[in-house]
Amino acid sequence: MTTQTRLDSEAAAPEPPTPRTPVRRRRRITPAKVLIWTGLILATLIFIYPFIWLISASFKPRGEVFDNKIIPETFTFDNYLNVWQEAPMALWLWNTVLVTVLAAVTVTVSSAMVAWGFAYFRFRGRNLLFGVVLATMMLPGAVTMIPQFLIWNSLGMVDTLTPLWAQNLFGSAFYIFLLRQFFLGLPRELFDAAKIDGANNWKIFTRIAMPLCKPALIITLLFEFQAIWTDLMRPLIYLRDSDNFTVPRGLKALLDQYGFGGEWHWEIVVTASVITTVPMIILFFLGQRHFVQGIATTGSKG
Amino acid sequence: MASTQVNAPGTLGDDRAARARRISRRRETRSALLFISPWIIGFLVFTAWPIIYSAYLSLTDYDVINNPNYVGLENYEELFRDPDVALALWNTFFFTIIQVPVYVIVSLALALLLDKAGRASGFFRTAFFLPKMTPPVAVGILLLLLFNGQSGLINEALSWFGIDGPAWTTDPDWVKPGLIIMSLWSVGSSVIILLAALRNVPQELYDSARVDGANWWQQTRKITVPMISGALFFIFIVNTIAGFQTFTEAYTAFFGSGNTTYSNDAALFYVIYLFRQAFEFLNMGYASAMAWLLFVIIMIFTAIQIKVSRRFVYYEGEQR
Repeated sequence: MTTQTRLDSEAAAPEPPTPRTPVRRRRRITPAKVLIWTGLILATLIFIYPFIWLISASFKPRGEVFDNKIIPETFTFDNYLNVWQEAPMALWLWNTVLVTVLAAVTVTVSSAMVAWGFAYFRFRGRNLLFGVVLATMMLPGAVTMIPQFLIWNSLGMVDTLTPLWAQNLFGSAFYIFLLRQFFLGLPRELFDAAKIDGANNWKIFTRIAMPLCKPALIITLLFEFQAIWTDLMRPLIYLRDSDNFTVPRGLKALLDQYGFGGEWHWEIVVTASVITTVPMIILFFLGQRHFVQGIATTGSKG
Repeated sequence: MASTQVNAPGTLGDDRAARARRISRRRETRSALLFISPWIIGFLVFTAWPIIYSAYLSLTDYDVINNPNYVGLENYEELFRDPDVALALWNTFFFTIIQVPVYVIVSLALALLLDKAGRASGFFRTAFFLPKMTPPVAVGILLLLLFNGQSGLINEALSWFGIDGPAWTTDPDWVKPGLIIMSLWSVGSSVIILLAALRNVPQELYDSARVDGANWWQQTRKITVPMISGALFFIFIVNTIAGFQTFTEAYTAFFGSGNTTYSNDAALFYVIYLFRQAFEFLNMGYASAMAWLLFVIIMIFTAIQIKVSRRFVYYEGEQR
């Protein structure tokens, strides 16, 4: 590392820059650099290889799924055609999209409202109440899981998609915390000015505060979208009829039937895994900047 | 958060001003409550009531079909007699106590590497993070496939080095190590958190350390780790809590209606056992008692960690 250091200080040394010749950093290959890049590339291989393996296996016929070859010996598209017949994949995808969009949108709007209530207004007991919000984050889901099921059961909503998203109408502690942080960062004078101009509280919230905190709203949408799309436990608890399954729940069912359920059609399981995962990969590439920023801020503020 | 109100006694004008203030404050409180009301309703219905009801259920026998039957502390006594609870607790502790430190060290190592990647760090960051986007069900399936004892990729890779890999998915001794290794695949978000923390360490600290002749290892130990101890602690505590509640990957790979081939005692984690008691065997009362035991365990561990962290964690600009 010391060589790297010397390199840096050399480059930073005050050379009077002549206008025509740009200052060029000398690139020297040092043992430290070799080590770092070997580590980075090795790690990348480890992280990416399972994807390559999975995608490759999904193009192999039944007998070759486990041959660990990167390029399929017999390339086949059949799995992608069969999986729709073997299982109501399209229906599952539709269910998942429906639940995920509803959950993400409702939790974003409701959490933003609540966060704004805590960030903008001053009232007696505010900190105490916000403390309760934070405290609910500490509660393990297992404690409320059973009574929540009983509530939905008594409403006759078990085996519908409603329990998977409807609780998001009431905000979620983590996002309330996240969004409140963003709202608190906005200059208060802005809202005071709007108030003098005659804007009411709702207008100030929807026209000024929400647009200004768009990055945080996008983070909330993306996080929740991912959380709901990938969730297995709630679908396991609430969904019975396979026509109501979300893709993760369906994938588990496929594994149980075709994986170790004796029928041994792993190529179906592998292909369905790819179909379940790809939307999340796309989501990441669409919102990469926001994902990274969101995770970095929750880490530093949490 | 009540703003201190100075009640100046005396003139009528002061009185009127005070009244106006009071009214505007009452109005502000009302608006605030309006905005907060979704959370209040949700809290009462989906958190507060469930807490109370769960505490009550834990004192009953309840199978959803018949009315809850009060049995006193019997469920809690049963917790200590049930060998599967002991097994599940052992599995969960074993998993958490090994997984969390390894996970933190691996994320730190990767963050340090990424910090040195210069302009390519964006590419590597994406590569490290993608596994985190994979649905845990798919991770569980990947575990079964990659760690398969006969034909899995892991054992094939090991065989290049002349190592005869174990039967990760069927040998009870190797199930948890396999799950721990697989869980490291999703360190991506922790790496991003640590990388952000690394970038906030003031460069002057390293500059002056270099002047004093500190090498890379000394700089890392004496500057980097203390300066990002807040982020490290955050990852540590979040992962501990998550570790105690580990469910999806293990459930996918080792439980469910189709599992006839694998022995799954080694993967019976606490929340999996709780889930089965509640929703497969419909012992809602017993499962509620299990949930409260989990709550107490998590609280104890979190309290210990916070206490210990006071000695090691440095928060910038904070006086202790």
